[in-house]
Amino acid sequence: MHSPKLNMKLRVMLIDDNRGRAALLQQALRDAHYEVVAVLHDDADILKRVQETPVDVILIDLESPDRDTLEYLSTLNRESPKPIVMFAEDDDSTIIQAAIKAGVSAYVVDGLSHQRLKPIMKVAIARFREYQAMRAELDKTRNQLAERKVIERAKGILMKQKDMDEASAYHALRKMAMDRNLRLVEIAESVITVTQLLE
Amino acid sequence: MEKTQLNFGFIPLTDCAPLVVAREGGFFVQQGLEVTLSREPSWANIRDKVLFGELDGAQMLAGMPLATTLGINGIAKPTITAFNLDLNGNAITVSNALYQRLLAADPAAMQTYPVSAQALKTVIDADKAAGKDCMTFAMVFPVSTHNYALRYWMAAAGIHPDKDVRLVVVPPPKMVTQLQAGNIHGYCVGEPWNSQAVKLGIGHILITNYEIWNNMPEKVLGVTQKWAESYPHTHQSVLKALLTACQWLDQPENRLTAAQWLAQPHYVGASLDVMKMSMLGTFQYHPDQEPQSFPDFNVFHRYAANFPWHSQAAWFLSQMLRWGDIETAINIRAVAQQVYRPDLYRQAATALGIASPPLDEKIEGIHATSWTLNEATPPITMGADQFLDGTSYDPQHLADYLASFTIHRRSVALADLKRRIPTSPAFA
Repeated sequence: MHSPKLNMKLRVMLIDDNRGRAALLQQALRDAHYEVVAVLHDDADILKRVQETPVDVILIDLESPDRDTLEYLSTLNRESPKPIVMFAEDDDSTIIQAAIKAGVSAYVVDGLSHQRLKPIMKVAIARFREYQAMRAELDKTRNQLAERKVIERAKGILMKQKDMDEASAYHALRKMAMDRNLRLVEIAESVITVTQLLE
Repeated sequence: MEKTQLNFGFIPLTDCAPLVVAREGGFFVQQGLEVTLSREPSWANIRDKVLFGELDGAQMLAGMPLATTLGINGIAKPTITAFNLDLNGNAITVSNALYQRLLAADPAAMQTYPVSAQALKTVIDADKAAGKDCMTFAMVFPVSTHNYALRYWMAAAGIHPDKDVRLVVVPPPKMVTQLQAGNIHGYCVGEPWNSQAVKLGIGHILITNYEIWNNMPEKVLGVTQKWAESYPHTHQSVLKALLTACQWLDQPENRLTAAQWLAQPHYVGASLDVMKMSMLGTFQYHPDQEPQSFPDFNVFHRYAANFPWHSQAAWFLSQMLRWGDIETAINIRAVAQQVYRPDLYRQAATALGIASPPLDEKIEGIHATSWTLNEATPPITMGADQFLDGTSYDPQHLADYLASFTIHRRSVALADLKRRIPTSPAFA
């Protein structure tokens, strides 16, 4: 994911149905030298705005029904997710304590002073990036492993059925994939499926 | 009993009824439980609060305990359900403008019931040819029943829900405002938010999820596995209270009382007229039409509605795989067995002398009308279970079922999946 240049202000999108509080938060964010690029209330097409507006972080009320909309955003943007920071009125809430411990979402407490806001936002974004990097690494390893297994299996089938050696089986798969403009793993998958159908 | 004071979460929707009735009707008290119901603004909040122990349990979308167990879009924490709260209850509504376009595009398709997405496909193709932006449809949560029902309906008519339209998530109480504002062209949501659009004269209902899959499971009571293990007796008392509440709720003479409780501002907060519509077994598709009889629109107990079928859990997993929500080859059966707990349901039902299905799974899509589950003692009358496109779903052949979908966004290789599904007859 891209990181903003050092001299650039962090761009924040604020989602809050409570207009009065949104105005206060917006002021606190500006005082803390953030650029508030959009403030959204209940009738906005949130997904569209989020997708069209370049933002670095989204700030939303924990009690907002729009949290579900942002959940969908993370399934749409699996490759480039955006950090979402939630704030709540009440810092005794066990959910906030637990969420912070779990390191997935960060929550700021509705203290609204910019001195308080800034370090929390910083920690939230840093933690988000760490988590994303970790997850991406994990997904990559997992997928590579799964794909390798499928290819190995298809190779085994070809070797057995067509009496090929390992290198020729691999080349045969690669040729099929290239001829059909498919990924190697997709061809391997169809080889396995066809064999199972014929069994 | 390990714990008697409990706090359960719910979302303002008609199908929070079992929880509301169990509280207002005294069914929780009857089991020695003191229950507070907490109205939550979002499904994300419901999930987080249950996972972090701020709520003892909650009304959840049927696919949600599966998604939280697998960690789809969030923290992975084993979650279970031993109780299905209701069947059906959702519908697809479109704006007046889109409705007129559909009628003009394919009048014959619009008059064939249940209404397929055929006319919508024609309109989408015309828009594409004219180089227009694609239309926006809303549902309520990524792993929601609504998402999978809407996608199923579209894909059955050849529409790719990830390519031919834009899908978004809108919280249920905001659906009507968003439709009115023109931000969305249609949506799939639970009641009363379809009837509300019809009553206001701003939308038409095309199809209910009953017509997409007859007696589709909808909401469940979700708790963490740890909670269920820590409070087994409390859990049984909760299940018994909900079973008796659902039995009461499915007596037609009690539905009006239930609708009155639900309409209150601290529960659903909609007008009684609108709440009554589906709850009293009627349904109105169009503003200029008389309400029709639709007794199975909301099913809370009959047809073994409360039973958590492994096969239905597996169906949701199949759709999560179909649309790329699950990105790794999982053992579908093992996950279904871990999350859906018919054993716990049977224990509670037996204690109350209520018959339960002795099987954990069944084939779906083969009964056009009501049928009898003869394996139960006494036999149980079951509801129809057909799919819109006439296909059937056999949980024994999940990979083949997945292979049958030509429109999908699956990222897991079928071969991988097949290897992870045990073929032992133990699941039969």
